[in-house]
Amino acid sequence: MIGTDIAISVSGIEKSYKNLKVLKKINVTVQKGSIFALLGSNGSGKTTMIKILTTLLKPDKGNAQICGFDVVRQSDQVRGKISLTGQSAAVDEILTGRENLRIIGKLRHLSDANNKTDELLEQFHLIDAADRRVATYSGGMRRKLDLAMSLIGTPSVVFLDEPTTGLDPQGRISMWEIIRDLSHSGVTVFLTTQYLDEADHLADQIAILNEGKIVAEGTAAELKKMIPHGHIELGFRDEKEVELARDLLDEYNASLDEEHQTLTIATDGSLKQMTNILNRLENGGIPVAVFSQKLPTLEDVFLTIIGKNKGKGHDA
Amino acid sequence: MQIITSIKNNLSDTMVMSGRCMRHAFRSMDTLITVIATPIFIMLMFVYVFGGAIDTGSINYINFVVPGIVIMCIATGTGYSSMRLNNDMTKGIIDRFRSMPIAKSSILAAHVLTSVVFNAFSVLVVMLSALLMGFRTQTGIIEWLVVIGILLLFTLALTWISMMFGLLANSVEGAVGYSYLFLILIFLSSAFVPIKSMHGIVRTFAEYQPMTPIIESIRSLLTGVSVGNSALIATLWCSGMLVASYIAAMQIYKHKLG
Ligand SMILES: Nc1ncnc2c1ncn2[C@@H]1O[C@H](COP(=O)(O)OP(=O)(O)OP(=O)(O)O)[C@@H](O)[C@H]1O
Ligand SMILES: [Mg+2]
Repeated sequence: MIGTDIAISVSGIEKSYKNLKVLKKINVTVQKGSIFALLGSNGSGKTTMIKILTTLLKPDKGNAQICGFDVVRQSDQVRGKISLTGQSAAVDEILTGRENLRIIGKLRHLSDANNKTDELLEQFHLIDAADRRVATYSGGMRRKLDLAMSLIGTPSVVFLDEPTTGLDPQGRISMWEIIRDLSHSGVTVFLTTQYLDEADHLADQIAILNEGKIVAEGTAAELKKMIPHGHIELGFRDEKEVELARDLLDEYNASLDEEHQTLTIATDGSLKQMTNILNRLENGGIPVAVFSQKLPTLEDVFLTIIGKNKGKGHDA
Repeated sequence: MQIITSIKNNLSDTMVMSGRCMRHAFRSMDTLITVIATPIFIMLMFVYVFGGAIDTGSINYINFVVPGIVIMCIATGTGYSSMRLNNDMTKGIIDRFRSMPIAKSSILAAHVLTSVVFNAFSVLVVMLSALLMGFRTQTGIIEWLVVIGILLLFTLALTWISMMFGLLANSVEGAVGYSYLFLILIFLSSAFVPIKSMHGIVRTFAEYQPMTPIIESIRSLLTGVSVGNSALIATLWCSGMLVASYIAAMQIYKHKLG
């Protein structure tokens, strides 16, 4: 089962808090050196999954291996292989950035903890703030220090729980670069995110978690084939026109919002389809007052995939 | 060989964790003020304001009040030990430590060690201030060693009680709460006024609660009065609290760290 090129293998993991079933029969395989993204909305079970894989929480059922070591029975070996950057920053506010890094380096029994600390401070652009107490750091700086602390022991598998939540666009992009560099250096990355574009930009493999179940899995390209290419919104002058327009565009399954006199149509993203729609309205003599295109959001993906999933469940 | 490496790592982890914990204690202005300045302030109040009105017989009031002040200093000091442990156990950092291959005992050991060192330091500062305010003893080395022994035992007992509450409480406020109980016990003991001057049920309570023999024994040793059996009773109380809270705290700690 366990090949040498598999970093994380999870089979049949289940977890409940009292009566609340949080994870239901989760199976995941992550190749060594790849980036895996667990995509899910609030409360879907992402953090719970990370806690099980990082030995903080015992699963009720199923098993998981990191680099061939079982997370329950060989937790010490697992801890030697991994590092965790949790959802809330695990930095020590009373200490300086440098002290934070040194302590983790010493706890990892590195002989050159001090040198490694300097390297990481440099790499994460924290040199100037190195000797200031972390209490004075901004959210983005804390996140960076948090990640640097996770990397000081050169772990084989890195777990990142929502690494970019709360970062500004620039901070997010630099975090993405750091994560990519990690992966290039051979480290396996397991991250969670609520953002489709983040998974899209970073991950070799994406799994969508919904209410404790993996409802879709694949590369970004594979998943995109399953989701709509967003939708367009057409606004009209009055109720009469919007209803006429709906009748004209019957075959596109347009949904009508009478109050705002708008039509929403799911599209395949092609220019041809867009022109067809606009031409038909033009020929019917109904002017479009407002036009806007909406890109697919995580919600669209969820709604589509979860919708399909429910359908499947019904058939079976 | 493996055992030696493991012991070495264990010691090293405990030292690193203790270094961290001590920085927390000594860098916190709030802790320094509450634990050290407050007892000194109360001592000033009692010595220069109320002390004149309290009849302590042949003993100078400052010499009478120092043992109670020192005990109070330890009680507030361990309240902060509880707070520090609770902070560590309830914030994100514990997840980082737990996901690392470190000696499990090192976190708790560091907090216990820090508590003892910090309390020894604050007791020393309070004693030195007392000296400036006129506190004097005619005590020999042996008596001093017994006093230090009782204070150490009391510090250890309160430290383990503080560890227990620090582990149990869901919030920092809950964690320090217990230390107020000790402050009340101290006020209802012979710390500030002789038991003779108390009445009825308060007097009975003061006679039988643990703070009185602890304070009485230290006072007797420092003022050269015969100790009687108060040192023995103090030792029994402290040992009992220490053993019970140690067992409870270890149990909770193991359960929490899984
Ligand atoms: N210790 C706990 N006790 C009881 N319920 C819990 C506990 N931890 C998590 N839960 C519940 O389990 C579910 C999944 O939580 P989890 O933290 O794994 O979600 P998440 O996907 O990480 O969410 P978010 O995006 O908000 O971080 C939620 O409904 C949460 O309320
Ligand atoms: Mg989470």
